[in-house]
Amino acid sequence: MSEREREVGSLSAPERRRRRGIATMFFLGLGALLAFVIIPKQNETVTFGFVMDKEWVAFHEWSVSSKTGSLGFAIVALLAALLAYLQFRARKTIRLASALFSFTFFMSFLCWAASGKFIPFTGLLQGGLLLSIPLIFGAMAGIISERSGVINIAIEGQLLAGAFASGVLASLTHRNWLGLIIAPLAGVLVSLLLATFAIRFAVDQVILGFVLNVLVIGITGFLYQRLLIPYQSTWNSGSTLNPIRIPILWKIPLLGPILFNQSIIVYLMYALVALITVGLFRSKWGLRMRAVGEHPTAAESVGINVNKVRFRNVLLAGAIAGLGGAYFTIGAVGTFGKQMTAGQGFIALAALIFGRWSPLGAVAAALIFGFANNLQSVLSITGTPIPSEFMLMVPYIATIIAVSGFVGRVRAPAADGVPYKRGESH
Amino acid sequence: MAHRGSAVVQKVALPALAFLLALLSGGILIALSDPLVLPLIGSPWKFVKAAFRSAGKAYLALFQGSFFDTNLMTHGSFISGFYPFSETLVIAAPLILAGLSVALAFRAGLFNIGAQGQFIFGAIGASYIGFKFELPPVLHVLFAILGAILLSAIWGGLVGLLKARTGAHEVIVTIMLNYVAAYFLLWLLKTELFLRPGRLDPLAPPINQSAHLPHLLGKDLRVNAGLLIALGAAFFLWWLLNRSTWGFRFRAVGANAAAARTAGISVPFVTTAVMAIAGGLAGLGGAVQTLGTQYALTTDAAGSFGFDAITVALLGRANPIGTVFAAILFGGLRAGGSTMQANTQTPIDIVLVIQALIVLFISAPALVKYIFRLRDIKTGSSVVSKGWNG
Repeated sequence: MSEREREVGSLSAPERRRRRGIATMFFLGLGALLAFVIIPKQNETVTFGFVMDKEWVAFHEWSVSSKTGSLGFAIVALLAALLAYLQFRARKTIRLASALFSFTFFMSFLCWAASGKFIPFTGLLQGGLLLSIPLIFGAMAGIISERSGVINIAIEGQLLAGAFASGVLASLTHRNWLGLIIAPLAGVLVSLLLATFAIRFAVDQVILGFVLNVLVIGITGFLYQRLLIPYQSTWNSGSTLNPIRIPILWKIPLLGPILFNQSIIVYLMYALVALITVGLFRSKWGLRMRAVGEHPTAAESVGINVNKVRFRNVLLAGAIAGLGGAYFTIGAVGTFGKQMTAGQGFIALAALIFGRWSPLGAVAAALIFGFANNLQSVLSITGTPIPSEFMLMVPYIATIIAVSGFVGRVRAPAADGVPYKRGESH
Repeated sequence: MAHRGSAVVQKVALPALAFLLALLSGGILIALSDPLVLPLIGSPWKFVKAAFRSAGKAYLALFQGSFFDTNLMTHGSFISGFYPFSETLVIAAPLILAGLSVALAFRAGLFNIGAQGQFIFGAIGASYIGFKFELPPVLHVLFAILGAILLSAIWGGLVGLLKARTGAHEVIVTIMLNYVAAYFLLWLLKTELFLRPGRLDPLAPPINQSAHLPHLLGKDLRVNAGLLIALGAAFFLWWLLNRSTWGFRFRAVGANAAAARTAGISVPFVTTAVMAIAGGLAGLGGAVQTLGTQYALTTDAAGSFGFDAITVALLGRANPIGTVFAAILFGGLRAGGSTMQANTQTPIDIVLVIQALIVLFISAPALVKYIFRLRDIKTGSSVVSKGWNG
């Protein structure tokens, strides 16, 4: 059958998707050539700084003329697209080529946009990592919930609840580490509603998640106006957790200060990502989770209590997102602000879909969003030819391009969003 | 007859009970967060009394700000006491339209979170035509509304087209497009084209008088022709969904896309058409808000209409008539919420809590049934969105 199909020249769905991805790469690469090289602009030197702190120094900075830099990187980007095309012929994964493409495309843009400016490269990456922390927590929460078959649109609410609870408790007790304990509990509380209504009452999960977000935004906003503003010194004067330097590791050039000079929340995040990546595919817990998310009837037939597994995993997801919420308050600024998560939960959701429900994919997507966002704020300070509003749109447009071009018809866990009732076959 | 009666009970009792439960929960939140109430926890009787007084005062202000206020009958005129209800309807009109947008999408199995962005583009279109052109009164309004619908229908239709062609899920695309639209508006208001002469802040030139929607009940009450447009649109949508072939196709796709495809209905076309019409409806809401109330485009042109629209459509169970009533209720909560905040220092955010709880209770009839020990309420919701694979 597949032989005949190939003879007729039709491609399978993943092949079509890949072809579309490669076409997008060529298109963007040519666009980069046109936009960044041919469109005339003052040709000054771009300087990248690679030193941030007192880490060991490999090299201090690198200067390149704007035009040479953007032309060079655009050509490499096009070569990467070509490589992807060749790999496609060789029926290999195009991951390497697309990673190379993304990096060089980004550098080409940077050389063009930052003409005559100094770009603190290490700082750019570090800021990007910081911005992607809540996204990674949120996406991990989404993966656990959705892999077990419950759609989690309430990530935003779980993050916000965690941010609120940790900020308030840290302020009331003057012990900001207590925030690390209460934040997951606040997330669990939101999840408890999600799980109860989704599993016990079989409420539509997309709608439910949306409504829970409104509920948390409402409650935290109400309490913020009612208590946190008038009695700020008791209710909203928390402080931030101190960064911890991991001995030796933080001295590694470039990566050290980015990865190993962070607060405990970030280290917890590394551990979490590792645990979930391994646990999801290599443990009983992960196997059961995937079983109830893909084929609950089969899971039930081997004696797994489907709804119990789902319930527990949704609560766990809430705890993870809640902990991520703590990053907004005690991890970053100390005090709580109204709606301070500002839609990050939805971006986390996009990262999760972008990453196709796989932990590492979601982390990669979250990092891309974080970097794009940080690039925008760095460039808005140094000044760019592009209005800052358009820079701010980039992560969102990238998501749309990704879900419609690169990712195409995504396949969620088969029973994601479908309530399970014993004795009803699906 | 008995059957008819119980059907009415089902349609009215569940929302009413959900509303009651939501008000009750909101009242508890108001009372418990009141700094005057909590210290009395030592003496239960005083505590309960103070709690009731606290919540009661807030809800009285909510009522006075949304429906009728005797304090406003200053000139001996009974009608002027209804000024708050006019405010409720002013908010309800765009909310109806945006709610219809979400409701229509629901009926075709699509979850349109993008009403906010579509609303923004409607406001942009209406504003531009409203201040740029000089036309005779009625014609100017029609022209501005047409521009608004066209722009927002393209913006909404884009979502449907992407879904139909590439399978990009509409929930993700609409969430993302909301941000894009919001930033686009911020940028647009800084451009020469939309900058009010002599001003540097993001504020578009005022809409010409000829494009204003006329007030319905004299110049003192702000309720305007936008309400009639909204009611007209609700009737149109009711007709479209229940009496036309196209509406049947839309609902068929919503009920079972695979079966609809087998029956010869073009699902990609329906998806695109529904999202375009939904976009147009939300954009019409943006036009009504701009031409009837704001009279100029600002960065806050859409407020939270597009998001409230989702709760409105859910409360109205994706039914055009239900959506109208739900929008009036939520318009009342919004209008009354402002008064409540001003008079009793109760933050307006409580309105969000009440809205969310209403929808939560509505969507879980089993829970309401359980709480009130009811038997004859049908469970199962008419609003069902599709999971990621749908």
